[in-house]
Amino acid sequence: MLDTYTLQTGTGFWDPVVWIVVFLVAFLIALTIWLLGEKDYRHGTQQVKPFLSGNVEPEKAEVHMRAGNLYWGFTEAMKGYYSRLVPLHTGVLNDYVLWFLGVMALVFVIVGVVA
Amino acid sequence: MFFNLPFIVAALLVILGIITMLIKRNLIKMIMGLSLVEAGVNLLLVSLGYRAGGIAPIFTNAPAGVMVMPTVQAMTLTNIVIGIATTALLLSFVMVIYRMYGTANANKVRKLRG
Amino acid sequence: MMQEIILQNLPALLLAVPMLGAFVTPLIGRAGGGARNLWTVAVMLATLAIAIVLTAQVLTSGTVVYTFGAGAADLTVPVDSGGIPIRIIFTVDAMGAFMALSASIVGLGVMLYSLSSASRSTGQNGYYALLLLLVVGILGMVCTGDMFNFFVFLEINSLAGAALVAYRVDKGVAVEGGLKYAVLSTLGGLLVLFAIALLYGQYDALNIAVLASRIQFTPLDQIALVMLLVALAMKAGAVPMHFWTPDAYSMAPSAITALLVVASQASLYGVFRVVFTLYGLTLDYVTIGWIIIILGVLSMFVGVTMALPQKDVKRLMAYHAVSQTGYMLLGVGVGLAVLGNQQLLDTYGTIAMEGGIFHIINHAMYKGLLFLTAGAIFYRTGTRNLNQLGGLGHSMKWTMVFFIIGALAIAGIPPFNGFASKLMIYESVFLFNPLLAIIAMVVSILTLASFVKVFHAIFMGPRLPEYADVGEAPAPMLIGMALLSLLVILFGVFPQEVVDILIAPAADALINQGGYIASVLGGV
Repeated sequence: MLDTYTLQTGTGFWDPVVWIVVFLVAFLIALTIWLLGEKDYRHGTQQVKPFLSGNVEPEKAEVHMRAGNLYWGFTEAMKGYYSRLVPLHTGVLNDYVLWFLGVMALVFVIVGVVA
Repeated sequence: MFFNLPFIVAALLVILGIITMLIKRNLIKMIMGLSLVEAGVNLLLVSLGYRAGGIAPIFTNAPAGVMVMPTVQAMTLTNIVIGIATTALLLSFVMVIYRMYGTANANKVRKLRG
Repeated sequence: MMQEIILQNLPALLLAVPMLGAFVTPLIGRAGGGARNLWTVAVMLATLAIAIVLTAQVLTSGTVVYTFGAGAADLTVPVDSGGIPIRIIFTVDAMGAFMALSASIVGLGVMLYSLSSASRSTGQNGYYALLLLLVVGILGMVCTGDMFNFFVFLEINSLAGAALVAYRVDKGVAVEGGLKYAVLSTLGGLLVLFAIALLYGQYDALNIAVLASRIQFTPLDQIALVMLLVALAMKAGAVPMHFWTPDAYSMAPSAITALLVVASQASLYGVFRVVFTLYGLTLDYVTIGWIIIILGVLSMFVGVTMALPQKDVKRLMAYHAVSQTGYMLLGVGVGLAVLGNQQLLDTYGTIAMEGGIFHIINHAMYKGLLFLTAGAIFYRTGTRNLNQLGGLGHSMKWTMVFFIIGALAIAGIPPFNGFASKLMIYESVFLFNPLLAIIAMVVSILTLASFVKVFHAIFMGPRLPEYADVGEAPAPMLIGMALLSLLVILFGVFPQEVVDILIAPAADALINQGGYIASVLGGV
């Protein structure tokens, strides 16, 4: 019965139904452990406010990490690649047409020479 | 046909239109270049249907002999109509861009980049 | 009696119903917005019903051939024509029916979503009419069996799409995006027509089946092939001709972007139709296959690396659309590169093609879902800038859930549908060339990275004071998103059913050029 729900890829197989069942079992175990935890915390009191060793909590807008700061390490490490790639996206319409016709010319040459 | 002249002229028109699109920075001139390309393709289409010594493809009281092909004439008419709609749309876009940006120069109409 | 007429004329109805709907919409719009909304949703539902019945017919009784203007629908070759099909013929094989079905499903989701997303704009009559015309263009491109008819629907597609991209004039920036889309599409369309003229001049035929039976690979045919391939690949958004994609997709209304993705995939279908069915084994399939593979790999890598540093959420998603198109090109390119070798085809070629084609419908659904969530956020907060958003998970819970489903699907995380098609592509491409599969997996990881960035930037974090009064997205938007995410989950949990019923016949229809020719010319 499980065979009908298995994706065959020629060299392997993938059973999403089995995966979901295993995931649910693991989730139930995790839920059980979570439910055995501390229950006495009062919502809306000092217990839920962030504690920063007594310092003043900054504005919410300054606490949130903005998207431009994430993955700084990746973009910094790939600086050589990005400094060449991003200027190619000029936004000028003539350059778009030039790229289109340039690729067409290149493929003409490849098909003409090889085939 | 005289040394395949219509085909050469059609290819020349297409190349001239493409060069116009690549070199000119004014958006209206780029659209004119697009019109040139369309004219070249239409000329190619019509000249493909020609048969040497052929007459118009009308069957009523037709003399004997070969007729030119009518399919390409239909294709060309369709393409002319498509070209009208396209050029009208593109020109109206350029008008709105000129009104909003104050310029029709492709080097300055580039708020979308990166 | 009525049922007989409908069943016999299904391909024509598939186009006639939305076209009639498009032209009548401004008329009904005079009776008020509610009547017009009801009319357009009814038309889209009818189109989806016709597409489902047509797909069922194709999958049970083979390719459906419909001749316009003949005595009976399958009278393709008139008796006195000397063996030439002289009318416009719609040839709906399994691949075409599959594309029509996916276009109709996304079209319905988009239509339901537009009921509230376009409600604040002016000129809504034009919006709904153009949306139905865009659907007509897509359906026409995938159903037709005639090259010039394909060009006409390609132009309908481009014009309706460009007008819709420029719909919200947005201080001229949207019109700039629309202009770029229109200029490049028109140039591409004219070069496609040039190629069709070259083919007509040589073989005196416009019908794809007749051309396929007569074609040899002369130098003029090679010129025509390159023009068709590159122009249609540009319309599909392959790198390095993809520059218009982020501009147009980011400035269009979100519902339209979801439909533009399907329009790009219809151009991708055009590439496959030209390469597999029109030329078939006469072309140098190893070279052309490798050209398509290189285009695919470039698209995947450049798309995802340009997406990572973006600050506009829809521009980021547009670069991801470019990247996912690379997966489809890679899968089908591998299938093309081994087309002549039956043993390799059986080992991994067919699975690679099935993976690429499965990815088409998966991408249409999860990309549509992601663009719809971005649109819901823009509708509520008025901004698309990731540096200004934050903390919306507190107030837009359902949108967050749908975004998570879409983001996990695009990154290829089980159990969603992205994983199923990507697994097929990885495993078969690995047998062809391990380096390509490794690049594909790295691109998948980078995709997950950029969507984690988007998720954190929009939904996580404390409640920000400027978005204190932002509520959940309106109900029609949630219904459109729910429809697509339900299909994302279903296709992920039951992938083998989808592959057996929809995808494997589509891949076989592409590989089997002889079957296509026989269905139109009647086994001659």
